[in-house]
Parts: sequence; C-alpha cells; structure tokens
Amino acid sequence: MKKKQVLVACGAGIATSTIVNGAIEEMAKEHQLKLDLIQIKITEVGGYVDTADLLVTTAMTKKEYPFPVINARSFLTGIGTDDTRKKILEELKK
Amino acid sequence: MSELFFDESVILLDLECSAKEEVLTTMGRNLVNKNLVKESFIDAIIAREFEFATGLPTAGISVAIPHTDVHHVNRKTISMGVLNETVDFGVMGDDRETTPVKLVFMLAMDETHSQLSLLQQLMQVFQSEETLQYLVTEKDKTTIKQLIKAKVNCDSLEGDEKE
Repeated sequence: MKKKQVLVACGAGIATSTIVNGAIEEMAKEHQLKLDLIQIKITEVGGYVDTADLLVTTAMTKKEYPFPVINARSFLTGIGTDDTRKKILEELKK
Repeated sequence: MSELFFDESVILLDLECSAKEEVLTTMGRNLVNKNLVKESFIDAIIAREFEFATGLPTAGISVAIPHTDVHHVNRKTISMGVLNETVDFGVMGDDRETTPVKLVFMLAMDETHSQLSLLQQLMQVFQSEETLQYLVTEKDKTTIKQLIKAKVNCDSLEGDEKE
C-alpha cells in the first residue's frame, strides 16, 4: 500500500497541530501504518493539493480540497476523541 | 531551545475585560513589559485570533489558547489569565460559533514542531473539569503556579526560587 500523505494543519502551525500530529503518530504506530505526516499552517495546504491523501486540522477551511478533511479539535478538548480517531483511522486504512 | 518561563508575574487574576481584544492586549502588554515577547506580539496575536480562533469549549469552563508566530517571541512563555466575567471567543475551527471563555492560556512559543510533551500536558489540564474549576476560583498565584508546574513539564519551568 502506498504511504499516505497526511497533512496536519492549524492556524499558526506551532501549537495545536503539534498535538494533533502527536496523536496521529501514536495511532500510526499502534496500527502499524506508514505515513508521510506533514505539519503545516492551514494557509500552506494549497501547496499539497496534488499529493495529499488527507487533511486533519483544528483550523477552519472554507476551501474545497480534493481529499477528505477531518476536524481534530477533539484532541484538544478531550470531547469526542474516540470518534475523531475512528474517522482518521478509516481514512488511513482506505 | 529556551526554557519555558512561567511564574506569578504572568498569572493574571480578576481580569475585567469586555472583549477578547482587551484580554489579548492586557495579557500581551504584560509580556511585552517583561520583555518576554516583542511589541509586535500584541497586534499579531489579535490578528491571529480573528483569523484562526482559539476558543475551546471544554466539559466545564471554556478555555482559549491564543498564540501567534514564533518570530514575535523572545522567550517561550505561558501566561494565564482568569476573567471575572466570561468573554466570547470564536471556537477553534468553527467561525460561526463562539464560546464563553473564563480562562486564557496565552502561549508564546519560540519554535515550531518540537514542544509536543509540553502542549500535551497543557491539554491534559484543559481536559480536567476539576482542575479548570480550581483554576478559576483559586486566588493565590503561588498555589496556581505550583499546580500548573506539577502538571506541565516542571523540569523545564523557570521562574521558581531555587530550593
């Protein structure tokens, strides 16, 4: 299976995306998935539209992308984390 | 990588603010006065908050974690503000909604991508309704400092008297 390119983005690319990045790394390890994880600012997503398989973000996106977008605020608040993990995992395993 | 600065002087209690700009300006100004961030930090953090809101509705008390680009920062700092009355912040990732914030953790980060454990520990604080409740009622800054230090990477915290 091709290594999936996963974008992890937030507003500034320094705080919340770091948390989300860590959570996905953990998931990948647990499920033995090889990922190409890229942590960026949401404004940089445009540069990856041709290569990315998934965007996980805590920032809002008004744009439409050719790949699925998952909101990962739950990793920060602890509310609904299981549901978010499930959604991400489903995409990673596709 | 500089050590994280956190002491009583960056814990602001009983803030009387009626809007998020006022909260950000008051807390940011304190950091500028202490030379922990550059003057440009204040405008930058306000602009960032409008563009990418940082309000987090938690199980109990809503929290906001305003932050901005690393180049406005002199020294890595977490500043905590407790508001007398809640102030509406936009909800992170959803600009149609606001959340009544009572507790603000202003993050002055000086590097990208490499502070995972610090941030994870901080998020653990937000995820404990009990801790949040405690933080908004406690009036002793030293007690608050000790609590946060116990939860957030105490090894790398500075601003403490040597024991």
